[in-house]
Amino acid sequence: MLDTGIKVLFEGNNITRLLDGLWVTTRIALISVILSVFFGTIIGIGWSSRFRIIHVFARFYLEIMRIMPILVLLFLFYFGLTRIAHINLNAEMASIIVFTLWGTAEMSDLVRGALTSLPKHQKESGLALGLKSFDIYFYILVPQAIRRLLPATINLTTRIIKSTSLVVLIGVVELLKVGQQIIETASLLRNQTAAFWVYAVIFLLYFIICYPISQLSFHLEKKWQS
Amino acid sequence: MHPTDEIILSLDKINKSYDDRIVLHEISLDVKKGEVVVVIGPSGCGKSTLLRCINGLEPIQNGRIRLNDQTITDVGTDWTKVRQHIGMVFQSYDLFPHMTVIENILLGPIKAQKRSKKEVEAQAELLLERVGLLDRKTAYPRQLSGGQKQRVAIIRALCMNPDIMLFDEVTASLDPEMVREVLDVMLQLAKSGMTMIIVTHEMAFAKAVADRVLFMDNGYIVESGKPEEFFNAPQTQRAKKFLNQFKFSENREDEA
Amino acid sequence: MTLFLSVSNQMDLINEGTILIGMDYLFFAKYAPLYYEGALLALNIAAISVILSIMVGLCCACIHYYKVPLLKPSVSIYIELSRNTPLLVQLFFLYFGLPKMGIRFESESCAIIALTFLGGSYMSEAFRSGLESIGKLQLESGLSIGLNKIQLMRYVVLPQAFAIALPAIGANIIFLIKETSMLSVVALEDPMFVAKDLIGMNSDTKEALLLLVVTYIVMILPLSLILTFIEKKVRHAGYGH
Repeated sequence: MLDTGIKVLFEGNNITRLLDGLWVTTRIALISVILSVFFGTIIGIGWSSRFRIIHVFARFYLEIMRIMPILVLLFLFYFGLTRIAHINLNAEMASIIVFTLWGTAEMSDLVRGALTSLPKHQKESGLALGLKSFDIYFYILVPQAIRRLLPATINLTTRIIKSTSLVVLIGVVELLKVGQQIIETASLLRNQTAAFWVYAVIFLLYFIICYPISQLSFHLEKKWQS
Repeated sequence: MHPTDEIILSLDKINKSYDDRIVLHEISLDVKKGEVVVVIGPSGCGKSTLLRCINGLEPIQNGRIRLNDQTITDVGTDWTKVRQHIGMVFQSYDLFPHMTVIENILLGPIKAQKRSKKEVEAQAELLLERVGLLDRKTAYPRQLSGGQKQRVAIIRALCMNPDIMLFDEVTASLDPEMVREVLDVMLQLAKSGMTMIIVTHEMAFAKAVADRVLFMDNGYIVESGKPEEFFNAPQTQRAKKFLNQFKFSENREDEA
Repeated sequence: MTLFLSVSNQMDLINEGTILIGMDYLFFAKYAPLYYEGALLALNIAAISVILSIMVGLCCACIHYYKVPLLKPSVSIYIELSRNTPLLVQLFFLYFGLPKMGIRFESESCAIIALTFLGGSYMSEAFRSGLESIGKLQLESGLSIGLNKIQLMRYVVLPQAFAIALPAIGANIIFLIKETSMLSVVALEDPMFVAKDLIGMNSDTKEALLLLVVTYIVMILPLSLILTFIEKKVRHAGYGH
């Protein structure tokens, strides 16, 4: 029983199909992370400024994104945009929009946190040295902020990667979907235990991707903690 | 009150090391009931470690410590019991932040010693009143000043009715203006006949409170004697050098 | 939600009038009870999972804290596995994978096991950071007044660790409730299941989605507000010195 089940993984091009599925997942995650870091940084910098209106808007936006489960957001955007607004949009695009909106919210909070947590005397000692505020920003504040930000940003990346597994539920053909397809074919061929092995492999694939990233985040955080 | 002849604590050739660094060399010391022993010496000389070993917070490699005729360094010593006879006050005010002053004081006597709440509370109130903190009984540690916290910490240890009190640089992290109020409490305590070992950097206080001064350096007891003898005429070069550091003005004149 | 409304709003003006006027109000009356029951089911499962997660988390944190031999490495492996894989994949494996090897769970047990597997590691991290924030000095002063190890844990360490971990525990509870939105994949009729069903069945997509959003706001917003309050309180109370 054990060897017939596990055989499914090595039949035909099943391994390549799974890896293709994995690539769809990581592609969505990568694009979303890059966009999130970009927009999140802009909003975060605005948020740490003095403009009250940005505070209110950013907090409201963040709260909405934190209250709604990602899956609900995926449904809202995919079905909302295609069925109600009749915008022609594929599920992968909808996923990228949702992960970007969510990632941007989280990222902006991280950026704001990093900027506002910098001690005031850092800025003051910069001024005391006669530096211009531009120099203070780029030589003193930004490098310190990045040290605080990078571990958390990497951590956010693993959260986004893990969440991309949800896109199967709005019909994106990614890792889990490919897995399902392989299991279906296998069960036609009376391979009963295929599901166990395929889902175990998918479980491990996610682990293999996320584990090194979260270790990196952990070590950076430890290293820069002072 | 003068020390009696009864020996309450006895250290016999204590050796202690961290990895290959030796912190205490063959330390022997007898403390009599009612005696106040002040330990001074440069930082890292082993004086704090000495107190921590007596209280079982640090294991020793060999040697023997006896408290009230019980050898407490034997394997299988019930440190929980032993520590109920030893009061210890640390450098940082180490009150439990989630408890009020009175809860901090009552925890040990009620939970560890299983004494009645009524009895301990009466004792605690008496002691709090004596150090002028009765009105802060229900305050949380964060609402107290450093000096107040340290006085509460002393009372917390006292309420266990210990046979001996250990003070580990209790004024070292206090603001200068608060040092006095804590030292006064300790002086009062010494006068009442409490057996004490005090590690401190306050030389004037040491002179005033001590029955005996120990000077430690590099893990050795270098000198031991009556305070007036030690401070006025130290026997060793190392002790002289150490005491000189506390005389800024004279030093400067020497150098000039 | 506002974003969604404002985006779709403009389109709707062209297509079928404003979004609110175009709604089928009878739909709400008819289907709101389904969402209500779905929410109850989800909250029920979340509550059980939260309690189990806290128990698992506390055990793991204590094993880690006391450096229990053999158990500590196993706990570390569990935490890494749980934190670095998605809940959805865990659910698929439990619900579709394991039965093929003869290990079968009911939908609800499956959901509770998966949520506890996930939540346990998150709670463990929360407790762990709480425990680790209690300084050595607190332990030593507890010992020096003659407390034994259990009393030290009970009266000195745990109350402080718990207060410090409270915001993280709250955040984990909200996280677990949000994660229940995946339970429809193991055939549980949670609000997501109801919405999916209605969207597939008829064309009242926007009503179905609106009810879905409202349901989750009602489920999570109050908790989120309480959490914000607790966070502020803990910060201002200034535990520690």
